[in-house]
Amino acid sequence: MKPRYERPVIVRHQVGSISKFGSRPSIRVYDKFEGVPIADLVSAYGSPLILFSERLLRERMRELRDQMATRIPRFTIGWSYKTNYLGAVCRVLHQEGAWAEVVSGLEMQMALRLGMPGHQILFNGPAKTDAELEMAFTKGAHVQMDHMDEVALVEKVAERMGIRPKVGIRVNMTELPTQSWDRFGFNLENGSALEAARRIVRRGVLEIDTLHIHVGTFVQDADAYRLAAKGIANLAKQLRDESNVSIDTIDMGGGFASRNTLQSQYLPGEQATPSFSQYVEKIAAGLDEAYGGAEWPRIVLETGRAIVDDSGILVASVVGNKRLTDGRRAVIIDAGVNLLPTAWWYRHDVFPAQDVHGTAEPTVFVGPLCMNIDVVRDRILFPALKAGDRVVVGRIGAYNVTQWMQFITARPNVVMVGLDGNHAIIRRAETVETLVQQEEMPAWL
Amino acid sequence: MSNTERLRELAISDAGFVFDPLTGHTYNVNGTALAVLRSLKEGATPEAVIAALHEQFETEPEDDIARDVYELVGRLREHGLVK
Repeated sequence: MKPRYERPVIVRHQVGSISKFGSRPSIRVYDKFEGVPIADLVSAYGSPLILFSERLLRERMRELRDQMATRIPRFTIGWSYKTNYLGAVCRVLHQEGAWAEVVSGLEMQMALRLGMPGHQILFNGPAKTDAELEMAFTKGAHVQMDHMDEVALVEKVAERMGIRPKVGIRVNMTELPTQSWDRFGFNLENGSALEAARRIVRRGVLEIDTLHIHVGTFVQDADAYRLAAKGIANLAKQLRDESNVSIDTIDMGGGFASRNTLQSQYLPGEQATPSFSQYVEKIAAGLDEAYGGAEWPRIVLETGRAIVDDSGILVASVVGNKRLTDGRRAVIIDAGVNLLPTAWWYRHDVFPAQDVHGTAEPTVFVGPLCMNIDVVRDRILFPALKAGDRVVVGRIGAYNVTQWMQFITARPNVVMVGLDGNHAIIRRAETVETLVQQEEMPAWL
Repeated sequence: MSNTERLRELAISDAGFVFDPLTGHTYNVNGTALAVLRSLKEGATPEAVIAALHEQFETEPEDDIARDVYELVGRLREHGLVK
């Protein structure tokens, strides 16, 4: 029998292409999602296609909950809506006990529409309006304030409504092993946070019961959480001692890294990213250093990316191949950075969704947009693909379905695969009607 | 130096390992590319190589051997293995 033809490939050997950890990826065929053949899902819902796993969402949330429960006596997990506010995704996480953490009036309305009670909504963000604050207080949401003008606005709304709400203030720290995150909240080290709290206490319109800190985003040094927990706990103790302020809640924010790999990162995320256990251990260590055996406040966590990233994949189809002048093979697929803005941050894993043959060679995956920026994966060893083949981009659950752009093409179906292998659309594909229905044509045109 | 003379300088193993003594570079080629290299080394024209591949390999309708061979020749040119 004659051997099967495969595209001729020549690959030049290059020193340094394999790290000392031997992390050169092997090609894994990704032809099923939660046991359902990807070919069947594409036949039913089209390509490109975004898929979410109900099981992975629940498992990651339970894992975080279990890790918190072993170390923190009282805790709450708030689901970070901005990370993924598709209703079905939020509902799964709320069913697992998560509150809603929102950063705009729009997100608060989404949480209310999903039936979240106001007292399980945390309202953060640097730009709350008078009307949004009134809605928050009417519903009983927890408001966490970002800057002094906002404090004044919150006081005005509370006085107008004739209430004395419990509120929080957001604090930032510069002396952490992370990038500076000081554009949100009041700084701890320079005394702004203490001064803001003192001012709120003096005015007496609001009651501070929460201190909120957010270490950063994609924080890979878990020790930052120990330092942050200790710093904010010491502020809570100082407020108690000097002003008899009782801080019931410390909100440690989010920022846990997912197992994706940043563009600038050497080790793959699967090796470099701390586990939930490691992060939570550090938070507990910081609280222990500050409080010792005394009672700890309730701890709130708002981590988004680390919970949801693994649960989503993008399926795309190959449109064509071409050869770039630097020798790389370019594969054009039908999904680009319009659906996958995280491609600018991550070296996303890309897998073939059917059997492949032949030698892997350096390949760049580019999207369908007629724009130079549309690169889904810059360089990955990949065997030859032909038009119509499918590929899977892994770990896309965080930020993509909120930061995606309506640009050049319409957004595709988003589907959830349930625990029994059942599947259903959770967001319908857009059509030209979806887009133009928001437009108006002036009468003179 | 003609293309045939240049290609004859290469050390080409049956497993598809290629050493270029002129530059010191090494390469891996797959079975198809190995067949192409050997034919070119013997002075075959691209057209003859394409015909030979059709003979030697099991193909499917969507395979475009001519396109692939010309692309490979382009790659060989980029690597300085043919002119």
